[in-house]
Amino acid sequence: MMVPTLKRIAPQLSTLVALIILITFIFPSFLNLSMVDGRLVGPLVDVAKRSAPVALLAIGMTLVIATKGIDLSVGAIIAICGASAAWAVSAGYGLGPALVIALSAGIACGLWNGVLVSMVGIQPFVATLILMTAGRGIAQLITEGRILTFTDPSFGWIGSGTLFGLPVPVWLWLATGVLMALLLRRTALGMLIEAVGINRRASALSGVNARVLLIAVYAASGFCAALAGLVVTADIRGADANNAGLWLELDAILAVVIGGNSLLGGRFSIAASVIGALIIQTINAGILLGGFPPEYNLVIKAALVVVILVLQSPNLVTHFAFLRGALPTRRPSEQVQQTGKPKP
Amino acid sequence: MRNPRLLPLFATIAIFLLALLICFIQFPNMFSTRVLGNLLTDNAYLGIVAVGMTVVILSGGIDLSVGSVIAFSGVFIAVVLRDTGLHPMIVFAMLLAITTLFGAAMGGLIHALAMPAFIVTLAGMFLARGAAYMLSIDSVPIQHEFYGLLQSYIALPGRGRLTLIGFLMILVFIAGILIVHKTRFGTAVYAFGGGEATARLMGIRKGRVTVMIYAFSGLMAGLSGIVFSIYTGSGYSLATVGTELTAIAAVVIGGTLLTGGAGYMFGTFIGVLTMGLIQVYIVFDGTLSSWWTKIVIGLLVLAFILLQKALVRLARREETLLPA
Repeated sequence: MMVPTLKRIAPQLSTLVALIILITFIFPSFLNLSMVDGRLVGPLVDVAKRSAPVALLAIGMTLVIATKGIDLSVGAIIAICGASAAWAVSAGYGLGPALVIALSAGIACGLWNGVLVSMVGIQPFVATLILMTAGRGIAQLITEGRILTFTDPSFGWIGSGTLFGLPVPVWLWLATGVLMALLLRRTALGMLIEAVGINRRASALSGVNARVLLIAVYAASGFCAALAGLVVTADIRGADANNAGLWLELDAILAVVIGGNSLLGGRFSIAASVIGALIIQTINAGILLGGFPPEYNLVIKAALVVVILVLQSPNLVTHFAFLRGALPTRRPSEQVQQTGKPKP
Repeated sequence: MRNPRLLPLFATIAIFLLALLICFIQFPNMFSTRVLGNLLTDNAYLGIVAVGMTVVILSGGIDLSVGSVIAFSGVFIAVVLRDTGLHPMIVFAMLLAITTLFGAAMGGLIHALAMPAFIVTLAGMFLARGAAYMLSIDSVPIQHEFYGLLQSYIALPGRGRLTLIGFLMILVFIAGILIVHKTRFGTAVYAFGGGEATARLMGIRKGRVTVMIYAFSGLMAGLSGIVFSIYTGSGYSLATVGTELTAIAAVVIGGTLLTGGAGYMFGTFIGVLTMGLIQVYIVFDGTLSSWWTKIVIGLLVLAFILLQKALVRLARREETLLPA
């Protein structure tokens, strides 16, 4: 169980380590860690904390992408959930009900997406585009166009508090990732999701309830987005319907792609996606610390995507397999395993 | 119904006319050449970019980079005009060459890597926006006397104004209709959207057409960037964020199927005007908040997709009935 997982996430992990080493060379204090007032502080902790929204989104997005779908609405769901939580807290409902309201709003948004995709049969891109467009409008209805601020310290703790020395957002994405991975990998759920992503018809014919599974996957994505929304809102102690989570869906998709998950569905790794989110944030931190203007950020991201696409391209994989097949040293059984498809 | 594919187009036109009627009954003042002229001017850049998007979507693809390309175009024009003595027309030609090549490169990558257009054009979106940031992060004003000429308009009866850019949008739509319905390229685009097997059976060269489709979208995005720079008189790297989604929504409201292969360029024109009309209505009403625009557009997109779903199902039922 452990060894295949490590093997799967090795490229992402080594990229992350290489990035950290590179930044440490330019900026030696990057690895500094110290305990201040019972909490761990340092640039690395900061990276882990700031990755929280994208890492949380990436967990849900991984599942959606594994079913050959995409969820463009998560940024808007962040805004909706943040707005409803802030509204509930400032209306005096207390933290518990506010969390329940926000999380159910996220799940409801996910269910809506899931129903459109699996029952109505709309392409995921378009189905989630609807909520992406309308969602921010709904969030603005909740906040009545203002930036809703609140002073509730217990809610703020979710965004900027500390638990056992680490920031709460870090615990949130760690816990969500581990629980989700356990749920999917200790049961057959993960495999069923992969089956639906590879061939929905075939999996439905072999008895997988693809319809319910798809709805559940989008609901999970909505739930993760709601958690991210809580973190974002609690961090700034205010709900901004226009800017909360803006374009984070693209970062989340990028994290999943960096995690080596194919956009064409099928096999997935949550750990790799989360590391993908950490890689994105490490690059951001590196660009800032290295003194580069933040304008370079997007260009570097674009270059990164192209490199990953080239590495992942099905066309190149066949070329590569062909080259490998030409070399006599490899055993054929190994080839089949590594390229994933037997050669004719 | 002889051609079920025409139904979404009729639905689009009917909804637009209905919306127009509601507007006029509620606000008789809206029925003026001024408002209608402004409808064209305010949506000129969106309309032009939607022409490119229609072609991409008809082929079954998607182009997420156009919003960033528009912003890049504006900044590029403003910076080059500020720093050199080149005539704007030369700068426009340079810009259109750049954006067309940019689109062609994305098309080439999509074909060569056999990757979804979504993720390749997402990289293009980052790259174009990043390039705009690198040119300038400030809003750069354009102060060239030629721009005064470009911002000119023809006075219509009743204080209306038909601006150059509004007129250009109509021209681009006419060109788009001719390209999509009357050229070999247009046929290839429809065939592409109909499925890879269809295109192959028609003897279409996949790589070449893919490059041409995205190059065309890049060209339209560049043209839209020029129009946007004329409209705002400046270049700003943070402008037109999310325009690609508005353009996609306009295409969908225009009755084009997002899976490709079915739709009309004229529908997109009506789609753009419908979205513009919603905004005008909200301005006229005064009490409605601007966020209603987003919700109404989202609902319209949903309504059209459901309508198309129903039509596709109906067409399939007829097909299965015919042989029996």
